[in-house]
Order: sequence, then structure tokens, then C-alpha cells
Amino acid sequence: MDKDTLKKEIRDFIVDTFLFGEGADSFTDSDSFMQNGIVDSTGILEVTGFIEEKFDFSIENEEMTPINLDSVNNLVAFISKKVNA
Amino acid sequence: MEFHKDILKIDAEKVCDNICKQIRSQLKNDMHKPGAVVGISGGIASSVVAALCVKALGANRVFGLMLPEKDSADESKSLAEVLADHFGFDTELESIYKGCEGLGVYAKRDEAIKQVFPDYKPSWKSKIITPTNLLEKETFNFFTVVVETDSGEIREKRLPLKPYLQIVAATNYKQRLRMTTLYYHAEKRNWAVIGTGNKDEHMQGFFVKYGDGGTDLKPIAHLYKIQVFQLAEYLGVPKEIINRIPTTDTYSSEVTQEEFFYGLDFYRMDMLWHAMENNVPKEKAAEVLDLTVEQVERAFYNIQRKITATEYLRMEPLEIKG
Repeated sequence: MDKDTLKKEIRDFIVDTFLFGEGADSFTDSDSFMQNGIVDSTGILEVTGFIEEKFDFSIENEEMTPINLDSVNNLVAFISKKVNA
Repeated sequence: MEFHKDILKIDAEKVCDNICKQIRSQLKNDMHKPGAVVGISGGIASSVVAALCVKALGANRVFGLMLPEKDSADESKSLAEVLADHFGFDTELESIYKGCEGLGVYAKRDEAIKQVFPDYKPSWKSKIITPTNLLEKETFNFFTVVVETDSGEIREKRLPLKPYLQIVAATNYKQRLRMTTLYYHAEKRNWAVIGTGNKDEHMQGFFVKYGDGGTDLKPIAHLYKIQVFQLAEYLGVPKEIINRIPTTDTYSSEVTQEEFFYGLDFYRMDMLWHAMENNVPKEKAAEVLDLTVEQVERAFYNIQRKITATEYLRMEPLEIKG
């Protein structure tokens, strides 16, 4: 999957799951989900569940960090790294 | 901004007098309830609250209720009895075990654990914990389920969303059953239910909405946990209660509050939180607490995230604006 498609997949998931399908333009790809009140710590579990199922890999405990999971760009980089590992 | 190692030291006598004055005033003038019902668990917070109520109202206007269930430690009951004997108020023990059993609390929790460990047996012990390395690494507050098999083998696995939510939802029944039982005993006396949550629990969301959060009055919700310990010393709470390590007393395996929720010892957490709330420069906080600036930043971020994420728990029911 190329990065633009991956980005769209993630954006669609975030907007559908946490924003009731509205306000796709209310956050940028580099905005923190947590700091912008889009996703809370329970929501992060929803994000990790989606990623593990969709991309068929396990996220290790030490990978449960904002730098991997807390923005569209961070997720794209993390998933790309995991899928290509 | 002043910040030093003793910044959270309180004048316990003054704080105690202020709380007692307000307990008396709020019960008499605001609620018209001439007595206090307190759930006593043998823990530091409920012990301090019961002692404050005795000081404010007299022992004859305080009733302590012990509300154990299957996973409660035996020590909880014996320490609660020590407390009641020491301060001279009446108590009753009302097990919520049958209520929990009837509502399927244990079965629902076990079903969720089985989603993670398919060979899990109800005879195994279990608990859920959060990362305790929050100063060392910026991490999310995910939960891990830890089981202890009948042969003593320890296994642990991070909880996916669904079983995590089911375990929490099932376990929260316990606090909500306690709340309804406390209100039964309060209403039959026309007394009030007194909450035992401190500032750490109240603001970081370490309570169950309409469970232990469902009370009429929260006399120590403005005090940091380490200040509750200072009040306990002042009030003469028995040493064995003060020295008990704070636990959740909710899971069959013992789990401290630090590993279950806070991820940091109480002294450093309270000091860091105070520094954050009072805009103490991170460099100053780091120097006083012998931490790096990065560790202070991680702690600030973690505490702030917990406060924000749990706003829902402190919300009153919202109404539609017409």
C-alpha cells in the first residue's frame, strides 16, 4: 500500500470512529490525536486494534508510544516500518 | 514560584478543623442529614474520612460499613475493625459477594480474560496493571492483564480494547453495588453518604462514576494523597492502616494503586502535579525532585492526559439546552 493510500485509510478510520464521520478537515496529519481531544487513552486501544487487524502485525508494549501512534503521520511512519520489517 | 521538598506539608490541625467545620455545616445546613455513613475498607483514605467524621460529628453520628466481596483481602476487614474500635463508631459487615455473583460480575470478568488467555480458569488469580515506567518513557496508559495459574505460573498480556472494557465494566459493578448498599444504610437513617476519594483519585479519574464517586460529600477531594497521610498521622489513625500499601482491593491478585493506575510513587506524583498546577519551571521541579527535565515533562504530560481523559467521569448528566 502506498503512503497516500495508507494515510487515507487511517484518516477515514479516525474520522469515522471518533468524529462521527464529520470534521475530516479539523486536524492536520501532524496534529496529536490526544492533545487535540480526538482520541483518549481508551481510543488509542481502538486505534491499535484497527492497525493490528488491518495490517496483520502485533504492536509490542514498548511500541505503545505517542511517537508511533499519536498522529496520522506518526501512524503512517510506524506502520510502514512494521510492514517492511 | 516557591517549590521545595516540603511544599505539600500541611498544617494538619488547621486543615482538619476546616474540613470538620464544613462537614458539620454541609450536613446540617445544606443536606439536613444528621449523620454520616462511610464505606470503610481498612485503607488510608476511608480511615481518614471516618476519623474526620467522628471528629466533626461525634462517634454516635457515624456508621461504618464494610462491604467485602470474593476478591477482597482478609486484611481489609480486620483493619476496618481496628479503625472502628479505635474511633468508637458502629459498623456492620455486609458482603456484596452474592450480589456480585447474581449479577454475573465474576463470570463476565472471567469471560473477558478468556478472550486473552483461552485456558484461563476461575480458580486462577488475576489483576490488571498499567506501565510503571512513566518517568522513563513517554507511553500510553494501556492495561496488561496478569494471571497466576493454579501452579503459580505468572503470565501477562496487553489487553485489547474489548476484553479491557469488559473487565473494567464487570469490575465496576462492585463499586456500584457498594454505592447502593451505602445509600440503603444512609437512607434508612436519613444520613448522608460520605466519599473517601482524595485529589489524586478525583482529578485523575481513579474512581467509578456512580460507584465510589457516587456520594453526597467529598471531604478530602482537595487533598493530595501525601497530605491524606499527614492527616492520618494527626488524627491518630492506627499505624497498621497508615503503613498498609494502598491497593485497589478489587482483583484476586494483589495490585497496588501505583501499578494499577498512577505509574509513579505518590510523593513524586503529587509534587510533580503541584509543580504543574502552579507553573513551577520544569527545571526547578527537576532540581528539587532529582529528576531530568525530560522526566518532568513526561510526568506533566501523563498527569494532564489523565485529567483530560477522565473529565467525563466528573461530569454531571448533560441537559439539552432549549
